[in-house]
Amino acid sequence: MSNEEAFVSIRGMSFSRGNRLIYNDIDLDIPRGKVTAIMGPSGTGKTTLLRLIGGQLLPDKGTIKVDGHNVPTLKRAQLFELRKQSMGMLFQSGALFTDLSVFDNVAFPIRVHTDLPESMIRDLVLMKLEAVGLRGARRLMPAELSGGMARRVALARTIALDPEMMLYDEPFTGLDPISLSVTVKLIKSLNDALGLTSILVTHDVEEACSIADYVCLLSDGKVIGFDSPENLINSGSEQVRQFMQGKPDGPVPFHFPADDFSADLFKRVK
Amino acid sequence: MEGIIDKLLNQIQKLGQFGLERLQALGRAGVFLFASIPWGGPGSAGFKDLIKQIYSIGVRSLSIILVAGFFVGMVLGLQGYTILSDFGSEAALGTMVSLTLLRELGPVVTALLFAGRAGSALTAEIGLMKATEQISAMEMMGVDPLKRIITPRLWAGFIAMPILALLFSLVGIWGGAYVGINMLGVDEGAYWGNMQASVEFYDDVIKGLIKSLVFGLVVTWIAVYQGFDSMPTSEGISKATTQTVVVASLAVLGLDFVLTAIMLGSI
Repeated sequence: MSNEEAFVSIRGMSFSRGNRLIYNDIDLDIPRGKVTAIMGPSGTGKTTLLRLIGGQLLPDKGTIKVDGHNVPTLKRAQLFELRKQSMGMLFQSGALFTDLSVFDNVAFPIRVHTDLPESMIRDLVLMKLEAVGLRGARRLMPAELSGGMARRVALARTIALDPEMMLYDEPFTGLDPISLSVTVKLIKSLNDALGLTSILVTHDVEEACSIADYVCLLSDGKVIGFDSPENLINSGSEQVRQFMQGKPDGPVPFHFPADDFSADLFKRVK
Repeated sequence: MEGIIDKLLNQIQKLGQFGLERLQALGRAGVFLFASIPWGGPGSAGFKDLIKQIYSIGVRSLSIILVAGFFVGMVLGLQGYTILSDFGSEAALGTMVSLTLLRELGPVVTALLFAGRAGSALTAEIGLMKATEQISAMEMMGVDPLKRIITPRLWAGFIAMPILALLFSLVGIWGGAYVGINMLGVDEGAYWGNMQASVEFYDDVIKGLIKSLVFGLVVTWIAVYQGFDSMPTSEGISKATTQTVVVASLAVLGLDFVLTAIMLGSI
């Protein structure tokens, strides 16, 4: 893959939290205009990767280029400008502002970043809400929404300023089957209609494979597979197959690293 | 013997670490305050937000401030009368009540009540915003949460506190008058007349106001910083809320001594 095709390009990036090394010298390219799913066991730092791309965390070393800008070295004002221009992030909880109505939540980024007249803001907000099917819920407060609806409102708010790239943090977690398929359909249709680059963090293999063009599999701070979903499911690597097929034990161990079990049991308690 | 020395060294090391951590937190809080000051002016959206914040932390603290002020004034009237009547100078009751309130109790008690009523609410609000990722979401939209969330709240505290303190003193003076004049029989003309004659506008009213401006800034600063710096868990938020009330109350009492000493010119 050449560099022009990659919207996000990560080179030699390491990140650690306390003494734990989360990423060890990884290289990763996220292609422009495609849906890329980042998958891996819980605790491998998938959400951390999104925050690194968004510039909310700084890597220990390496570069993270988003649309040609190296995020870790940007100044605060430049970073905010880049986020405003080209990034949108959907949080797991939706992260709606609880003191604003649905309408005002979606209008918030437009009001802050533009000087548009109120009538035009109204049209824009209604268009975005219509796209997620919640135009009728515009007067509700976030506390009155179900989890699935809150996430759709958050989605409408995130696309309010037409970002070039969408970052989804666990968009399928905790949804009922109907909301789940609605969300899957929305992510796919938004990506196709707006020509977005989407990065999707999830451990829902089935849903991710149904909409992702590429899947990036992370384990122990390394990229262990980056390919189309079909190729990964039939991958030659046992570790990749274990995750994609959801087997409880295998190369990814069932046990958290610990001392020898019998030694631990007979250890004298001080 | 060696064991004791080791333990001692360990303790010293811990003490040093504790000191360093405090110093670091103070530095973070300073940078935080500096970044929250609106160097370029508040803007129109900021102004609307400011009014909303003044309402929620100022106007909604009114009931507790007014009730507390009235009772503190009544107690001052009772106690003052008992002491002054021993010297046959009940007529000075108005002077005593008003000076006590304007110089000391007004600013200080208001700040303490404000820390408990509005400060804790601010910390919990911002801590919960952090826990529910609202602050992260704002950052990812390219909106600076310091300017958007912290700045209007800091200003609101700075503006609301002196007004609350003045109202506290006002109601307190009425409370003292009510007890003194209606219940204990102090001469009404003496109460108000002596008060008017001895309260100086600059030395008493303005100096009291300066105190409450300082308290307003410090209490709000502590409250928003604790919320912003809290661990985004239920335990972290409860800890931060407690911390706000404790630190803000102690800061108010400590600063009150320093300010009083400077104002009286004895340092």
